[in-house]
Amino acid sequence: MNQPNLVELNNITKKFPGVTANDQVNFSVRPGEIHVLLGENGSGKSTLMSVLCGLYSPDAGDIIIRGTKMQFRSPRQAINAGIGMVHQHFKLIESFSVAENVILGDQSIPQVLKMHQIKNYLTKLSQRFGLQINPSAMVWQLSVGEKQRVEIVKMLYRGSQVLILDEPTAVLTPQETGELFRTLREMTATGRGIVVITHKMHEVMEIADRVTVLRRGRSVATLEKQQINQQDLAWLMVGQDILRQEKKKIPPGDKHVLELKNVHCLNDQGLPGLTDISFTVHSGEIFGIAGIAGSGQRELAEVIARLRPVSSGDVLINNQAITGCSPRQAIDHGVAMVPEDRLGTGLVPNMDAMDNLILKSYRNKSLRRGPFLNRTLTREKVNQLVSRFEIRLNAPDAPVKLLSGGNLQRLLLAREITSDPQLLIAVYPVRGLDIKATEAVHNLLLEQRSKGLAVLLISEDLEEIFKLSDRVGVLCDGRITGIRPADATGVEEIGLLMMDAQNQGETTI
Amino acid sequence: MSQEIFVAILATAITAGTPILYAALGEVLAERSGILNLGVEGMMLVGAVSGFICAYETANPWYGLVVAMLAGGMMALVHAFLTVTLRANQVVSGLALTMFGIGLSGYLGQSYVGLPLPAPFKIIPLPALSDIPVLGPVFFNHDPVVYLSYLLVPMLWFYIFHTRAGLQLRAVGENPAAADSMGINVFRARYFYVIVGGMLAGIGGAYLSLYYVPSWMDNMIAGRGWIAVALVIFATWNPANALWGSYLFGGIDALGFRLQTLNVTVSPYFLKMLPYIFTILVLILVTKRNLAGRIGSPQALGLPYDREER
Repeated sequence: MNQPNLVELNNITKKFPGVTANDQVNFSVRPGEIHVLLGENGSGKSTLMSVLCGLYSPDAGDIIIRGTKMQFRSPRQAINAGIGMVHQHFKLIESFSVAENVILGDQSIPQVLKMHQIKNYLTKLSQRFGLQINPSAMVWQLSVGEKQRVEIVKMLYRGSQVLILDEPTAVLTPQETGELFRTLREMTATGRGIVVITHKMHEVMEIADRVTVLRRGRSVATLEKQQINQQDLAWLMVGQDILRQEKKKIPPGDKHVLELKNVHCLNDQGLPGLTDISFTVHSGEIFGIAGIAGSGQRELAEVIARLRPVSSGDVLINNQAITGCSPRQAIDHGVAMVPEDRLGTGLVPNMDAMDNLILKSYRNKSLRRGPFLNRTLTREKVNQLVSRFEIRLNAPDAPVKLLSGGNLQRLLLAREITSDPQLLIAVYPVRGLDIKATEAVHNLLLEQRSKGLAVLLISEDLEEIFKLSDRVGVLCDGRITGIRPADATGVEEIGLLMMDAQNQGETTI
Repeated sequence: MSQEIFVAILATAITAGTPILYAALGEVLAERSGILNLGVEGMMLVGAVSGFICAYETANPWYGLVVAMLAGGMMALVHAFLTVTLRANQVVSGLALTMFGIGLSGYLGQSYVGLPLPAPFKIIPLPALSDIPVLGPVFFNHDPVVYLSYLLVPMLWFYIFHTRAGLQLRAVGENPAAADSMGINVFRARYFYVIVGGMLAGIGGAYLSLYYVPSWMDNMIAGRGWIAVALVIFATWNPANALWGSYLFGGIDALGFRLQTLNVTVSPYFLKMLPYIFTILVLILVTKRNLAGRIGSPQALGLPYDREER
């Protein structure tokens, strides 16, 4: 225990125009520990770690690496000091091989590259830590979990003593998460220090040796493993108690609001995107779609909203086929969608909140005055929506691209819910939102469910799916591998279905 | 067609292709680093006129070549400043530089139009090699600038695909954020390759005024810079492919030239159109192939890089 700390951050302050992202934050990493950095979105976790890995320079405070005070002017200096960061959005070059990605920026190797030697070395290095990678594989061919391993190997190759992982489990299946945590444990055994940034409470309980909680740019507490419990952490993180609306046990209706019959479609590459999809969503039911990213979620949402042609099969709303309809006809049939890409597909970034809110209803006679829009009336209606859905607008006529993620999502939901839909498709509805905004969105969805709306919830977060859904359908590689009632199914089983492990198991046995 | 004429056409194809080759090699470097340079035509023109003036006054084509290189590099520096530092739109900046180059070269060359160059580059047959039948006169009976390009192509190919610096160059053009996070200076790399690209364009331009013609005429590049830009796509950003592509265009150019001397009655306007029709055809073919396969352009081509942007 007498070894010096690998990293000590003392009184770090980092200001951006208008906000203090870090306000005198203290943080340290001991050799051989996993230190979890916990906080909501916007609490300053990423800023703090960007300071540590040399992307930002702090306005005040000291960075001390193994007892020596350092000043990083670039990521290179931090890497050379043994600080490695695995970013949430991988910094990999898709068209390069794994080996090329790993050696990128290494100035110590000879100018003329001997790829064969490099690959042999990487194979040995990755085996030492139980990380399965193929140095010759092209990165674009890898799964998300494999890409993450490449990122870790990249940092090990550069001799990182401190490894920072930004939301590492956001993109992984439960099985891959378990594997990652085992690898991290192995690395601590070699005396390395690991920082895991997360906002998921159960992960803290699972792997943390210590946890530091950030709230609004300040470090509010650093706790040892023995002192950790979920209630305290939640309270520290949010600073107030959260009201959770429990799923009411009203059984769903029996009206078939959405029905898919043997739907096939192609993806953007012209390959099969969805294969033989059949399921039904009832009124007053939340039907969750689980699956690894890229398993056909986007195609599914687009097929139902009629943004993507169906190659065979039928999509029915209230027993009427909408398979050949245009998106506008689908809207008229009562299909509403909160798309994955809020600013790209959901809203017009450069228009203000009012114009975005009436994007669907501007055709209503009530909002028109002859060929013109009745601006006075629309402004009134919009103001009602803004207060009902608690959308915080800085200026009413500012372009919506300046709004925060939570407000954007409330804006979208306000527009979609008030269009009186039969079916609401919600694609990753809380992605990138903090706890409070997430709760607000979830409560809205549950409220609409109890009013009889059918909801198709597409999410990568199993916790969210289990919390909201009545039934769960699992997508894997464009197929539904199983439909299960949410109450009587475990996370593990869904995880296996996500990888289609059952079918693969059958064929190999 | 007799063998003699055939050989002569092929030899002219190489000469006619060389200015395009230099410009295309420069554009390969710039685009590999993620910067689209549509100012090539202007840089070639400025290279041609400044090279000619210098070679005319000093009676030494080598001085002209060096000055042309520097002039092209200066133009490219402006492009780099606009697109890398100020993150201006690369297409607009490039087009502006081409227009600027047309005007500037015309202005500088006013009093030199049509003057004969006292000492243009001379043909130096390579001993032994130039005696090989057919191949000898086609490839090894040229001026030093052509021989220089023979060396440059494999060197650049090896540099881009087999060295550490080449890996970094490609990384900067594919994913500057990833390169930056691994400690590569994206801005420095882009400046460097855009300027080197401009220098090569300057050489390409000067080759026309110092050897091919050899004289200065207003707007004498006549769209070769644009062909070079299109050729880079055709070459899939690979210097080796740029070589074949340049000679192909040079061949079409040479064919038009020779047909006239053979008294084949084709409208000279039609012959002037040929290389550009071919450019359009090549673009259609290559774009189709790109859509089908994964032989893509550098992913960050045309996009400014800003570290703070999320």
